[in-house]
Amino acid sequence: MIEEKRIVLRNADLIDPEKIEDYLLAGGYQGLEKARSMSSPDLIAEIKKSNLRGRGGAAFNCGLKWSFAPADAPVSYVVCNFDEGEPGTYKDRIIVQKDPQSLLEGMAICGHAVNSKQGYIYCRGEYPYVVDLLNRAIDQARGKGVLGDFDIEVRMGGGAYVCGEETALIESIEGHRGEPRIKPPFPGVAGLWAQPTVVNNVETFTNLPSIVLNGAEWFAAIGAPNYPGTKVLTLTGDVTNRVSIEVPTTATLREVIYDFGGGIKEGKKFKAVQVGGTSGGFIPESLLDTPIDFDSMRGIGATLGTGAVFVMDETRDIVDITTRIAKFFEHESCGKCNPCREGTFRAYEIMKKINQGQASVQDIENLTILSQVMEKACLCGLGQAAPSPILTTLKHFYPEYQARLQLN
Amino acid sequence: MSTIKDIILSYRDKPGGIIEAYHAVQKEYNYLPEETIATAASTFGVSEAQAYGVATFYSYLSVEQRGKYIIRMCESAPCHVAGAEALIKAFEAALGIMAGETTADGKFTLELTECVGQCQATPVITINNVPYLNMSPEQVPAVLALCK
Amino acid sequence: MITLTINGKEVQTPKGSTILEACQQAGIPIPTLCYDPDLRLAGSCRMCLVEIKGRPLYAASCVAPAENGIVVETESPGIVAARKVILELLSARHNFNCQVCEKNGNCKLQDYCYQYGVKESRFNYGEPTNYPINDPNPFFERDYNKCIMCTRCVRACEDISIVRAISVENRGHHAKISTAFDGNLTDSPCVFCGQCVMVCPTGALTSKVSAGLGRSYEVDKVLTTCSYCGTGCTLELNVKDDRVVGVTSNRTDTGSPVNKGALCVKGRFGWDFINSPERLTTPLIKENGEFRKASWDEALDLVAKRLGEIKTEFGADSMAVFTSARVTNEENYIAQKFTRAVLGTNNVDHCARL
Ligand SMILES: Cc1cc2nc3c(=O)[nH]c(=O)nc-3n(C[C@H](O)[C@H](O)[C@H](O)COP(=O)(O)O)c2cc1C
Ligand code: SF4
Ligand code: SF4
Ligand code: SF4
Ligand code: SF4
Ligand code: FES
Ligand code: FES
Repeated sequence: MIEEKRIVLRNADLIDPEKIEDYLLAGGYQGLEKARSMSSPDLIAEIKKSNLRGRGGAAFNCGLKWSFAPADAPVSYVVCNFDEGEPGTYKDRIIVQKDPQSLLEGMAICGHAVNSKQGYIYCRGEYPYVVDLLNRAIDQARGKGVLGDFDIEVRMGGGAYVCGEETALIESIEGHRGEPRIKPPFPGVAGLWAQPTVVNNVETFTNLPSIVLNGAEWFAAIGAPNYPGTKVLTLTGDVTNRVSIEVPTTATLREVIYDFGGGIKEGKKFKAVQVGGTSGGFIPESLLDTPIDFDSMRGIGATLGTGAVFVMDETRDIVDITTRIAKFFEHESCGKCNPCREGTFRAYEIMKKINQGQASVQDIENLTILSQVMEKACLCGLGQAAPSPILTTLKHFYPEYQARLQLN
Repeated sequence: MSTIKDIILSYRDKPGGIIEAYHAVQKEYNYLPEETIATAASTFGVSEAQAYGVATFYSYLSVEQRGKYIIRMCESAPCHVAGAEALIKAFEAALGIMAGETTADGKFTLELTECVGQCQATPVITINNVPYLNMSPEQVPAVLALCK
Repeated sequence: MITLTINGKEVQTPKGSTILEACQQAGIPIPTLCYDPDLRLAGSCRMCLVEIKGRPLYAASCVAPAENGIVVETESPGIVAARKVILELLSARHNFNCQVCEKNGNCKLQDYCYQYGVKESRFNYGEPTNYPINDPNPFFERDYNKCIMCTRCVRACEDISIVRAISVENRGHHAKISTAFDGNLTDSPCVFCGQCVMVCPTGALTSKVSAGLGRSYEVDKVLTTCSYCGTGCTLELNVKDDRVVGVTSNRTDTGSPVNKGALCVKGRFGWDFINSPERLTTPLIKENGEFRKASWDEALDLVAKRLGEIKTEFGADSMAVFTSARVTNEENYIAQKFTRAVLGTNNVDHCARL
């Protein structure tokens, strides 16, 4: 049986998150100290070698991303993506609530690597109590002088899922509507206030102190070689234990659901799991032995995404759930680009029609062509991923749709 | 209560601080009264149309007057399967208003929301941003009674 | 130079070009809705999508850089299918009444629906768009049931006119072009320059002054210089049956070197005086408190005679000349020359000094 392995959550429930002294006693800020003894290029090379890949969903090599920021820019920014808008996801909240200093240390390490003096944490508006905690943590870190000349400011989101997309997030920090920008230029070249900007997820940053301290080889040897380390997962839905866990990335979905989640509630049978949040694909029983790492998940047409694991038992109505998810995207589309602004709206209308038992095969065909175009034509990841629950449920659970169709 | 102008001006030196200023106004007034838009526009050097565009983009900001207690009911998929719909109906029945409305006495506003990040304990609501976990329709009267 | 392949043809383009620019240089047409060469790029309508071999996503050619060695297809089956879906999605929110629409014959949505054979939308699910059309300003209609949300109007207002009267409110499908509080333009900083009307690719923004007077394909476009002020903006008089029925913009550098099509409210909307029955068409001479028509010769002789008499009786400094911004620099020069050299006084001034 696979065991939990704690890197990101190494201090969870062992220290008082309100006390920087506890964090220091537990070896806190030694990673930053070591990082500062290294040159920026060496530090970036080390992180690149660890093969740490972004935990915000896109799994881009962290060190490689940093290396795109010009080394000689007079001003640059480190931005932490703490928008955590994917339904079913609460891992970043757990990480920060249990150990906020770890995030600050990780951001300061990144600051040293890319020669930035200013960090921003963009925290979703749903977590005002975590914003307060972070501000207290920053005050303590300033008081102890551990951050040196690196400073961090917390900004609060306003209830817009799209602001988790890194360029929309930057627009939002700048005080604008959270509409994604066109790329290029990428944030690494021209991001916040047109300056080079590195955006990483909370979990990505909180991996850094241990990687620097223990070395790239140590990290690269944990979990799956292509996506090493651990992943913090949040279990929701019909599992017995709705918990958050940190496991090596070699863990399979079955192990996650049955060994950690305690299986399906009330002795019922498994029907489906959606991994990675509401934009993730639905996975049937037959694929449960897939490891959770990014590439394996992609291999089965799903995604690791944020690591949300939403389990549905045999009684759940796939069409109804997919309709609800379609409403989410209709509500969260920023409205900038045509295929998503209009497509998410019409997809929800078609799903409602199917869910109400009033649709024909033609409606499903229309939904399918719309979904296929959205995946390729939308401006940002929101519209590109929105069809994934629809297409994967059509693929794996078509009989449930069929049972709803009007016979004509 | 601080005036809207004072609140907004206190964010003057924060680049891009208009959203922070809006949050601060809402903390005191529960919504963005009309003068907020023009004051914020002139303070942050954007047009009133842009300031209004920002205020109406974010679902946590409201340009409509709202009640003293803002109850947000999560209806994202994990809460949905855990019975969010019945919970929403229970709140609507208890308060005699539909989601999106405010009670006549100005005490409660009901809103639908997407995931608030407490999905370990679905279904979830928040009242003035404080989460209430593992909710059930039976608990609705007790929770409402907490709002004085 | 960058070398890339477009539709099987090798194409060279300067470094820094977009794929769209490379296509334009190679004479390959690409449909665009939100793209406007004078405006900040949006990359949002997705009409200009192209396929780049080996890439999973389609690229919006108006913003995608032309890169060495890429292989681009502009009308592949996938691209055509995507453009059709996009047009159908726009159609599903569009109130088509081309038969009475001011934009008929000069509308990008209509043109592309024709080009891609989009007769009806497969996505007419849910309620149709139903925005009230009630902006009371006298200059142009705002019908957001015909809006395709390309935001060209917003960008023109922000970047050409620098007025920022309009922006986008709400989000998703409910996003709409609006002033603060979605009010009337008359209650906003709008100066009614009509730059938004100029850039709008559909019938969402159309002139009220020209309404019903002629289709875009029925009019001759006559380039002229605006007679309102000395800036000298070029405008296009739309002439039908020898009557001016509208003013539009010529947006080229060569056709409109001073203003590149941008105008002010007077130039764009203030032309109906041309056909006004109250307009003076001959000089008038006042006799016994009544005006009577006169010839130019008679009028000019009278003025010359009276000016001469006044100068003899009261001296040159008893007279002053006040000139107008509505005539050209050259005419203003002649006026001051006339004042000093012929009348013999320095009493000359100009309305632009007010
Ligand atoms: C619609 C959308 C929402 C996203 N939401 C989040 C989010 O809440 N948190 C996050 O870290 N990344 C999110 N991302 C991914 C970010 O754009 C970005 O890739 C990430 O922050 C990079 O950090 P990483 O490399 O450390 O993963 C989102 C992307 C999209 C398209
Ligand atoms: S895909 Fe959706 S969220 Fe992304 S830019 Fe387009 S409209 Fe906005
Ligand atoms: S008429 Fe001119 S000022 Fe008014 S909205 Fe249009 S572009 Fe802006
Ligand atoms: S009014 Fe015209 S220019 Fe403005 S967004 Fe709509 S279609 Fe585009
Ligand atoms: S805007 Fe274009 S497509 Fe729409 S009614 Fe007018 S001419 Fe027809
Ligand atoms: S789904 Fe309701 S709190 Fe996350
Ligand atoms: S023309 Fe390229 S996206 Fe609109």
